[in-house]
Amino acid sequence: MPIELSEERTRHRIARRIAKEFHDGDVVNLGIGIPTLVSDYIPEDVRIIFQTENGAIGAGPAPEVPDLRFIGAGGRPFVIMPGGCFVASDLSFGLIRGGHLDATVLGALQVSQDGDLANWMVPGKMVPGMGGAMDLVVGARRVIIATTHTTKRGEPKIVRKCTLPLTAKGVVKLIVTEFAVFSIEKGQMKLLEIAPEVTLEDIKAMTDADFTVAEPLISMQGVEEEEEEE
Amino acid sequence: MAKKVIKPVVSAAEAAKYVRPGMSIMIGGFNYGGIPYTLVEALVEAGTGDLTLISNDTAYEDVGHGKLVAKGQVKKVIASHVGLNKKTGQFFMEGKLELVLYPQGTFVECIRAAGFGLGGVLTPTGVGTVVEEGKQVIKINGQDYLLDLPLRADVAFIRAYKADRMGNLTYFGTNRNFNPIMATAADYVVAEVDSVVPIGELDPNEVVTPGILIDALVVKGDNYYANRT
Repeated sequence: MPIELSEERTRHRIARRIAKEFHDGDVVNLGIGIPTLVSDYIPEDVRIIFQTENGAIGAGPAPEVPDLRFIGAGGRPFVIMPGGCFVASDLSFGLIRGGHLDATVLGALQVSQDGDLANWMVPGKMVPGMGGAMDLVVGARRVIIATTHTTKRGEPKIVRKCTLPLTAKGVVKLIVTEFAVFSIEKGQMKLLEIAPEVTLEDIKAMTDADFTVAEPLISMQGVEEEEEEE
Repeated sequence: MAKKVIKPVVSAAEAAKYVRPGMSIMIGGFNYGGIPYTLVEALVEAGTGDLTLISNDTAYEDVGHGKLVAKGQVKKVIASHVGLNKKTGQFFMEGKLELVLYPQGTFVECIRAAGFGLGGVLTPTGVGTVVEEGKQVIKINGQDYLLDLPLRADVAFIRAYKADRMGNLTYFGTNRNFNPIMATAADYVVAEVDSVVPIGELDPNEVVTPGILIDALVVKGDNYYANRT
């Protein structure tokens, strides 16, 4: 039985690791939940242009005085960065579907080993609607999933085949959990990094999917920064 | 019929009378932003029922057009996300409300298609998902696309920033969202604005929505959210 991390540590570890994926100038859309935390960990020498699907390009941090005329897709006020701009929803989704986003970071209910994503509905429960998620994962050049490795009940979220309704097929390129980092290329999942608390056997036990293991398999990046802070 | 060159500036209550029972109405906004709060409030007060609501989301049950749903004035919702308004989900589960969900990019593009005279939209979004059900799949250069049809309404209530008396509109911040697109896709379009300025005062370079699309103007009232957006 692998170690369970606190929810706070889990969320920040995933966000910190994903923040290392970006390059100067990348245009990125962050989903709600753990993805939102990613912006806190972007290295100072990397300029990211954050897009929000409700129509901002260049969204910045929360303001001192909230102003509902500048909100992100989750409804939270932000400051528009110098050089930012506002667009209507048609252009916003044109940018998304048209391949003008370098990456999107979203949560998941399930991800399959060949990159299928389920993150918008659970049958039998009230359907909230897909919002912009289906467009984001189809259009962004790189889809990065930020998720806990298993559900709260310990069921694998990384699976052979999604049993929940799909958001899109074959779109996920990178999965970051609190215990591992996987890439998916050409329908093949590969374990790239592993957290210090777990072994490869633990990961196999928590993951209901076939994957290859990178050589060398390295320790999950960013975890050492976490420990320095404490 | 041509629209008036000089747009009437009417009260929200008068504008709400354009919406009659059984009509379809587009309402701009995304989450809290860009909702024509004063117009919506007047429609809630008018109590007009049997409406088909076309809006990105259904706000919150006590905010904006979320109240139309909560008060039972809406028989059908066409949206991309309704999770923030508990009543939408509840009425849908109880069979009191018809609900059609679109991916957000498809939703806006279907409205744009209606307003721009296009016969439909071909989008890769939703291929291989439940969204595909009942839709024609068309292969172009080896890639599958879903055919989605235009979406228009009898009336659109939109929110803008400044208007001149000819109905030219500018927008502010993330209030813009669906408003300029909805202005193209309804028979009767009412814009709620912060202020109406004389003709010639808006810089033509900064006008986003040309006044020829607008039927009437309403100046925002003293409404909690209208004051804050």
